[in-house]
Amino acid sequence: MRLTANDLAFGYRDHPVGSGVTLELVAGEVLCLLGPNGSGKTTLFKTLLGLLPPQGGAVWLDGTDVQTMTRSAVARQVSYVPQAHAAFFPYTVREVVLMGRTSHMGLFAAPSARDYAASIAAIRRMGLEHLTHATYTRISGGERQLVLIARALAQDARMVVMDEPTANLDFGNQVRVLERIRALADDGIGVLLSTHAPDHAFLCADRVAMLVQGELVACGTPEEEITAQRLRQLYGIDVAVTAVTLADARRRNVCLPLGTFG
Amino acid sequence: MARRRPPALTIAAALCGLLLIIAIAFATGQYPVRSADLLRVLWSWAGGGPHGLDPTLDTVVLQIRGPRVMAALLVGAALAAAGAAYQSLFRNPLVSPDILGVSAGAAVGAVLGIFLSLGAVAMQSFAFAGGLVAVGLVYLVAKTVRGHDPLLVLVLAGVVLGSLLAACVALMKYLADPYNQLPAITFWLLGSLAATDQRDLWIAAPLLLAGLLPLWLLRWRINVLSLDDEEARALGVHTGRVRLLVIVGATLMTSAAVAISGVVGWIGLVIPHFARLLTGPDFARLLPVAVLLGAAFLVAVDTLARSVASIEIPLGVLTAFVGTPLFLWQLATARRGWQ
Repeated sequence: MRLTANDLAFGYRDHPVGSGVTLELVAGEVLCLLGPNGSGKTTLFKTLLGLLPPQGGAVWLDGTDVQTMTRSAVARQVSYVPQAHAAFFPYTVREVVLMGRTSHMGLFAAPSARDYAASIAAIRRMGLEHLTHATYTRISGGERQLVLIARALAQDARMVVMDEPTANLDFGNQVRVLERIRALADDGIGVLLSTHAPDHAFLCADRVAMLVQGELVACGTPEEEITAQRLRQLYGIDVAVTAVTLADARRRNVCLPLGTFG
Repeated sequence: MARRRPPALTIAAALCGLLLIIAIAFATGQYPVRSADLLRVLWSWAGGGPHGLDPTLDTVVLQIRGPRVMAALLVGAALAAAGAAYQSLFRNPLVSPDILGVSAGAAVGAVLGIFLSLGAVAMQSFAFAGGLVAVGLVYLVAKTVRGHDPLLVLVLAGVVLGSLLAACVALMKYLADPYNQLPAITFWLLGSLAATDQRDLWIAAPLLLAGLLPLWLLRWRINVLSLDDEEARALGVHTGRVRLLVIVGATLMTSAAVAISGVVGWIGLVIPHFARLLTGPDFARLLPVAVLLGAAFLVAVDTLARSVASIEIPLGVLTAFVGTPLFLWQLATARRGWQ
């Protein structure tokens, strides 16, 4: 299963955001999208999900144009994890996760025993059992983010698109979410995520893509593409990218912002 | 942790409350009807043989008080159900069924009917059609405006068109004959069930049920609609179509209700909020409880309206007088309704 963007132009009719994006996400891999604020990451994601019509080019899901598919057909194959937000009504965590099952229910149906089972399984997979009956509006931002990932899992799609899943999380929760993302890919799910921390790509990504002003400037393995030069192009600051040797002799790259500090 | 009673228990409690209030409503008035007599009259009416009681009971139960109680029940249920659906749809607990201009449209229709000195049937039809046309116009206007949040455009179009329709009502009031027509218009705008008869019910009840049906069928989709629009679509909901179905259902119910009762505010705004405090926001649980509470509330208020004073108190006035303290008390003691 693959999600493909072909020479994609995205944005709004009177406000183009980006163009010329060619990108492929394959089931079982983590693709990390880096780009400065306002580079069009969220708009690109929404276009990939078929929520916004492409302004040029097309998005394909295994050879089918996403624009020609029904919403529920897309949702059964690609799920979306938006940035954690406040809900409008105080649903329980279980109810929020159950909403991930909507594309598997008929138009007039209510959740079946199977849907309940799938959402409980997703809650367990994210280690959120203790929050099952908690009120979504009353848990912390980090917990909400995990609940939204659980909702995407309950959706049972082979592809997950995550918009900054580590934003608003503390240091430990960021790493826990990245661990879960890696585990999902190892289970055969394709994950496309955006992040503001290039180090996250070193931790969990198979490939990294970089977006500047709506255009892809790089796409390849994190080790090849995340260089001091690229990061300067993306973020406009000086960064040192070095390899460190861990206690068990593994080597890993890290990014060290230099800036103008002494 | 959210501690919620089992939904069946809440519904059973609300149903018992409703039945009790209906019994009280029949027992209140110039000719009190005891519950036992009420059941025997109804049994006989349904084909169970003569009841052998005072024949006056038949007139009171079947012609006078019965239709009125039934109308209160239906109108209260309809307004509460439509309000609950709109609050989820517009993601806002401060939204009432009037938000898309249904009451304003119905008012124009009814007032036009009075202004042209048409009969009661024509006036009710005008009111019903006025509500549908107003919401249809609002929907079309919102549909043609692109590039904005669709919900925001709907609400704005509803508010703007609603105020235009209110101006039309004001104009007709200004031009109306101050001795016959103006009092009738004022009376209608304050809401009343005093003139309801069986025929009204036979027309309104199927319309109300037809409007309720899509709301119940779409109960799960309505939950998902209360999320952000793009999020709901990413979850597989065709938001535009589902929203249209909900609007059609709610408008049908509200128009039919307003056509027989006049403008009764407040219920559609606050009863769903009460119900949400009891059930949580899940629409499948919220809808039945909102329907029962709305019915019980309007039957109770209508009973008060015809019994506390020597003259009828307008419904629209009394719902606010009774409801506001109740609502403020709830607001002060519970904080689970919204975020």
